[in-house]
Amino acid sequence: MSTDAPASAYDMGHAVETEALATFAVFVDNEPGVLHRVVGLFAARGYNIESLTVAETDRDAHTSRITIVTRGTPQVLAQIEAQLEKLVSTRHVQDVTRDPNGVERELALVKVRGVGAERVEALRLADIFRAKVIDTTIESFIFEITGSSDKIDKFIDLMRSLGLVEVSRTGVLSIERGVHTP
Amino acid sequence: MTAHQSIQTDPNAKAEEILTGAEMVVRALVDQGVTDLFGYPGGAVLPIYDALFHEPRLHHVLVRHEQGATHAAEGYARSTGKPGVVLVTSGPGATNAVTGIVDALMDSIPLVVITGQVPTHLIGTDAFQECDTVGITRSCTKHNYLVKNVADLPHVMHEAFKIATSGRPGPVVIDIPKDVQFASGVYVGPDQARSRHSYAPRVDGEPRAIAQALGLIAEARRPILYTGGGVINAGPAASGALRALAALTGAPVTSTLMGLGAFPADDPQWLGMVGMHGAFEANHAMHDCDVMVAIGARFDDRVTGRLDAFSPGSRKIHIDIDPSSIGKIVRADVGVLGDAGRVLSALVEGWKSLRPAPTRERLADWWRQIDAWRGRDCFAYRPSSSVIKPQYAIERLYELTRHRDTYITTEVGQHQMWAAQYYRFQEPGRWMTSGGLGTMGYGLPAAVGVQVAHPKSLVIDIAGDASVQMTMQEMSTAIQYDLPIKIFILNNEWMGMVRQWQQLLHGERYSHSYSASMPDFVKMAEAFGALGLRAENPADLDDLIIEMIDAPTPVIFDCRVERAENCFPMIPSGKAHNDMLLGEDTGDIGAVIDAAGRRLV
Repeated sequence: MSTDAPASAYDMGHAVETEALATFAVFVDNEPGVLHRVVGLFAARGYNIESLTVAETDRDAHTSRITIVTRGTPQVLAQIEAQLEKLVSTRHVQDVTRDPNGVERELALVKVRGVGAERVEALRLADIFRAKVIDTTIESFIFEITGSSDKIDKFIDLMRSLGLVEVSRTGVLSIERGVHTP
Repeated sequence: MTAHQSIQTDPNAKAEEILTGAEMVVRALVDQGVTDLFGYPGGAVLPIYDALFHEPRLHHVLVRHEQGATHAAEGYARSTGKPGVVLVTSGPGATNAVTGIVDALMDSIPLVVITGQVPTHLIGTDAFQECDTVGITRSCTKHNYLVKNVADLPHVMHEAFKIATSGRPGPVVIDIPKDVQFASGVYVGPDQARSRHSYAPRVDGEPRAIAQALGLIAEARRPILYTGGGVINAGPAASGALRALAALTGAPVTSTLMGLGAFPADDPQWLGMVGMHGAFEANHAMHDCDVMVAIGARFDDRVTGRLDAFSPGSRKIHIDIDPSSIGKIVRADVGVLGDAGRVLSALVEGWKSLRPAPTRERLADWWRQIDAWRGRDCFAYRPSSSVIKPQYAIERLYELTRHRDTYITTEVGQHQMWAAQYYRFQEPGRWMTSGGLGTMGYGLPAAVGVQVAHPKSLVIDIAGDASVQMTMQEMSTAIQYDLPIKIFILNNEWMGMVRQWQQLLHGERYSHSYSASMPDFVKMAEAFGALGLRAENPADLDDLIIEMIDAPTPVIFDCRVERAENCFPMIPSGKAHNDMLLGEDTGDIGAVIDAAGRRLV
C-alpha cells in the first residue's frame, strides 16, 4: 500500500459520487431464459435499464451478445458488472464505456410529416446527419439514421419542430476496435 | 478444476448405456455420491419415484410438506458439507419448495432440487399442476434448468452438482418434464459429462492481494478478524486455518450468526457474535479497530448497523469467493478473491515467512480496551427462581449437552438470538440456522435433515412457540424414520421478537403478535408418537433436559419461559456499533430510536 492511501474506506471520495451512464456488453450462452436472467437481475436489484439489445452473434458457439446501457455511481456500476459476471450463463462482461477501444452505435427510424419548406428543411438536415430516406409519401419521410445516441437525440430534437411523428430506436450496440475478439 | 477439460476417448470404454430419463436421474445421484434425499411424490415425478423403488443405494426420506424437504436438505448439507438433494413434483410441489430454495440461496447452502414438470407438449397450456418452475425459481437459485431433451439430462445432472457445490455454494433447480423422464437416451457419468457453461470460480487468492493483506495485518495495532458463513462453507480445514491465523496474529475474533463455531467460543481471543444482538465487546471492537479482516462474511445490515458510522477508522480486507460480495456494501481497501480456507492458509504461510515483530506488545493496549468492554458483562440478565428465564434455559441446555456430540438448529426470532448468545459453539458445522432469509419454521425440518446425516448424534432444535408451528408436521417424518430429534421450545406464547419490536418501537401496541390459543405441546408430541415434556419451574429444568437427552425417541420439550423477556444487548435500528443498548437500558429504549431508525426493519 502506498503511504498516501486513505485511512479508511470512507475517506475514498465516498461522499460525492455522481451517477454516470455505462454500457455493458454481456456475452451469454444462448439458451432459453437467459435474457430473463439478465433483465431479472436488473429488476431484482433495482438497477435501471436505459436501453437493451440482444441477438445471437455466434451460432456455432451458442453465444448471444446483450448490450445494456445503465446508470449508476461507480460503486453501483462495479456491482452491476460483478453481478452480471456471476450468472452461470454469462461468459464474459465488457465495460464498453470505460474501454478506450469501445465503440457504440445506435440505429433509429424517424418518421416526419410535413409539406413545403419544412419538408425541404427536414430533407436538408437529414443530409447533414447522413440519415437515409427509406420511405416517402407526398407528405412524409421515414429516415434511417445511425450514430452515437447523442447524435440521434440531436436529430430527433431538430425534427420535432419540423413535424416529428414517431421514433423507433434499436438501443445501443457496441463492439471493440482492433483485431481481438472478447 | 477447469471447466473445459478435453475429453479423451477411453479405449476400454464400455458400450453406451441406454437408460430412461428417470433412471438417469437416480443413476446420476448415485454417481454423485448421494446417499440420502428428501422428497414428496406426485404425478409429474412418478417415473423417478419408480426408478427409486429399484435403487437400494438411495435412502429417500418422505417429508410432510415440500418446504420441509428443502430445509431438511439444508440441515443435511450444513452439517455434512455435502449437497442436499430434494425431489418434488410439479406445480405446488415446486412452489412449496421455494421458501427453502431462497433460504439456501441467502445462506449459500448447496442444494440440488429436482422438480417434476408436466410433459413438454403440455407446457404453457395451464395443465393440471403446471407452473413455470424455472421462471419462478430463476431469481432464487444459483442456476436452474428446464430439461426438454433426454440427451441433455445426464450432463445437466452432473453440472448441477458442480455448480451447487463449487464457488459460492447455492441451490440449483432441475425441472424435468414427465415425457423426458420416460424417454430413453445415452447415460454418461460425471467424468464424461460436458459442461455447457464456462463456469469456473476462482479459489486461490491473488498473491499480491494476500501480500497487501499481510502487510496491513502486520502493522495493525487494533486488528479484528470478522468471520462469516464462508469459513464454515470452506470446510473444517478453513476453521483450522482461521484458528492458526488468530493464534499467530493475536487478533481478536468475532463472527456473524452464520459463522458461529468456526472459532471456538472458549478461546480467550473470541469476542462473541457481532451485530444487532451481538456482544458489546465484539461490536465495539468492530467500531474501533484499525484493520478489519472480513473472511467469508458479507457486511449484512444486521451486522453493520448504521453504514455511515460503521467502523469508521479501519482499513478493510475482504476475503470472499464471490466477486460481487467484495465492495457491495462496504468498500474494501484490499479485496482478496478466493476460497476462505485457501486464502486463510496462504495468510498463515505468508505470516510465517514474513516473521513480523511480536504481536503481544503491539496489541497490548487493544486487549486492555477489549477487557474493559468485556467488563460490562453484556449478557448478564436478572436471574429468577420462580420463572425460567430463556437465557437460563439455553445456558443449562449448553451445560448439559456440551460434552456430547451435539448439533443445534433453530427457528427464527428471540430464541434464535439467545441460542446464538448463550450456546457456545466450539466446532464448525454444529450450528444450523436461517440467517439471511430468517425463515420461521426452518429448525424442525433442518433437525430432521441433520439427524438423517448423523443418526447417532444429539440433534436439538432450539425453537420458539410460533416458529415451530409453521413446520410442526415434520414431527411425523421424524417418527417414521426413527429420528430422535429434540424440539426445545422456548414458549412465551408470543411471537417474541415481533412483541419486542412492538414494545420498543410501536408504543406497546401488540398488534396480532400474541397466540391466544397455544396448543398443548405435550399432547401434540404424544399425538405424533413422540415424548412430550414440560418445564415450568427453574428447579425442574435440569432433570427434564436430561430426560429429553436420554429419550431414544423424538421429544417436544415445552419450556415455559418468562413471557415478556427482551433480547439484549441490541443495536437499535439506525444506530452505530458503539451505540448499543444493554439489558439495564430497557426503560428508555423507545426514546433512543429516532424516526429514521423506526422505518428500518
